[in-house]
Amino acid sequence: MTKKQKKNLIRIIISAVLLIALHFIPVAGILRFVLYMIPYVIVGYDILIKAWKGIKNRQPFDECFLMVVATLGAIALGIWSTGDYVEAVAVMLFYQIGEWFQSYAVGKSRRNISALMDIRPDYANLIGEDGQTEEVDPDEVEIGSLILVQPGEKVPIDGIITEGDTSVDTSALTGESVPRTLHAGEEIISGSINLTGVIKVRTTKEFGESTVSKVLDLVENASSRKSKSENFISKFARYYTPVVVYSALFLAIVPPLFLLVTGGKADFGDWVYRALTFLVISCPCALVISIPLSFFAGIGGASKEGVLVKGSNYLEALSEASVCVFDKTGTLTKGVFEVVSINGDDPDKLLETAAYAEKHSSHPIALSVKRKYGKELDAHEVSDVEEITGRGIHAKVDGRDVYAGNIKLMQENGLNVTEDRSPATVIYVSCDGTYLGSISISDVVKDTSKEAIARIRQAGVRKTVMLSGDRKNVAEEVSKSVGIDECHAELLPEDKVTELEKIMDGLSGKLVYVGDGVNDAPVLSRADIGIAMGALGSDAAIEAADVVLMDDDPMKISKAIRISKKCIRIVNENIYFAIGVKVLCLILGALGIANMWLAIFADVGVMVIAVINAIRALFVKNV
Amino acid sequence: MKKTYKIEVDCANCANKMEIATKNTEGVRDAVVNFMTLKMNVEFEDGADPKAVMPVVLENCKKVEDECEIYL
Repeated sequence: MTKKQKKNLIRIIISAVLLIALHFIPVAGILRFVLYMIPYVIVGYDILIKAWKGIKNRQPFDECFLMVVATLGAIALGIWSTGDYVEAVAVMLFYQIGEWFQSYAVGKSRRNISALMDIRPDYANLIGEDGQTEEVDPDEVEIGSLILVQPGEKVPIDGIITEGDTSVDTSALTGESVPRTLHAGEEIISGSINLTGVIKVRTTKEFGESTVSKVLDLVENASSRKSKSENFISKFARYYTPVVVYSALFLAIVPPLFLLVTGGKADFGDWVYRALTFLVISCPCALVISIPLSFFAGIGGASKEGVLVKGSNYLEALSEASVCVFDKTGTLTKGVFEVVSINGDDPDKLLETAAYAEKHSSHPIALSVKRKYGKELDAHEVSDVEEITGRGIHAKVDGRDVYAGNIKLMQENGLNVTEDRSPATVIYVSCDGTYLGSISISDVVKDTSKEAIARIRQAGVRKTVMLSGDRKNVAEEVSKSVGIDECHAELLPEDKVTELEKIMDGLSGKLVYVGDGVNDAPVLSRADIGIAMGALGSDAAIEAADVVLMDDDPMKISKAIRISKKCIRIVNENIYFAIGVKVLCLILGALGIANMWLAIFADVGVMVIAVINAIRALFVKNV
Repeated sequence: MKKTYKIEVDCANCANKMEIATKNTEGVRDAVVNFMTLKMNVEFEDGADPKAVMPVVLENCKKVEDECEIYL
């Protein structure tokens, strides 16, 4: 509780106790009025002050002002006829209870949700040249410095372990609770918690570029993009208050006048009371609070599961997903390629030439070739490296023209090569215009891909499509094995966008594109919702995507969709429930059935229920 | 130009009012007030100086919601 909340709680309690005590004190007349004004002023003085400021600033639809009009009106009616002041005090009291509860609940969920993402490291243990460690601000650590991470500490900066073995907890980043074992030479990401061993890490990034900073940046700026529901409710609120106020005015004047004219019995007091009841329900705050709170909780809960959503509009769109388009490599397959066969007259020479040509490339296929070659790449000189999009690579190795890539690359260079039709990725290699042979590389489908596709269907997606730059038979093999409906292969990155637009054309519902962020950033941003997976360490993907999955498990996709559906369901429940009850109260109030007590109870009650319901969006573990 | 400011406000509807007040301030192209994260993203018109515009924004916000604060 903040200081202000504590103070307000004390005011509420004192005034409630006084109100109950006054019930047992039989006084009448002016003394009764004065006594009842004590709890009224105690609980409502700040509202009175704010109402006064509202008048000064010409804000006729200020909630405080309306509350004051309603309660002072009720007091006036008390003086004039009924002698009942309890109602006015109680209305103010319950209004304040509602405000207090709202501020408490919002503050608490704000803290809870930020605690979920409390992965910011406070310091780094920098190892100096003399071998002494020094605690410094992570911002001050330069790339290539050596840092020490003790068991129990957060890894402050991305890097490579140079000494020591350990297991790390990455649950704050990925939602994966099983610790990961790491050895010297392996990469370690910031934000994970070192569990068992003392390790030394050579940093590869600055703090600002490290995973932890990127993630925090993303989370802190999430939900600045508002959803349709949020825009609807703020628009609704803008019109709701004036409409209610004018209706109240109408109610206070027109019906009694009409009755007077037609010769009926015009009880002005009664009609004014009904109008004042309207004012009690004129504050839209209960309505307005629960919608952003639901989204905030939903986004918070999702981030705890390793699903980072960049804004509530994306969460909303995700719940309407009807088509899911996948990239193949790294998304449905592991993206770890292995050389399965080398076909040429001189396999060793072939592999060596290919490895040198791909020396500077970080493409998964290039990596697999280099891994297979297994030797240091410094015996030959590599220059003029040129990546040919959708084709392969061209480089000069010791001055000789080497081409390594797909069949098109060979054909375009005038080489007559028979195509290898096996369901694998094949790299053809030529040197100075002579064809050397081909290297077959295969990728493995992820263990969970098949189940993930089934679950995505269960979550309400009608159609699944795969877009791949890979050869047709490879892509079809993969799509069949995991159960994808449609497969488009041999696409250049720009073809993927065109293909995606074709699917989007005339589509009802939203299109989700899932990729790993490697060379598909344009597609990620073109889709209604771009999901980048396994995005740890890929800045381009984090930039381009709307939803970021922290690890590369495709099961998270269906999870994300289900989280979004739950959140939207809660949002809709809140919208219908809150508006429904308000409208009902207005009707009952106009008919004179609902009194002020009922109005304020309904108002505060709706808010409490809506807020509690909104917080439910946070619990998504078993969604 | 876009800038983000930390804000302090008590109720969700007041945050909406601040948003409208900010949008209607001269020099502001668009504004989003996020009640849950207590942040305000302001996009300024070309050539507008945030240092000159923001005090006016604060003044306008104070008019619609007295108990609000923008940390400039």
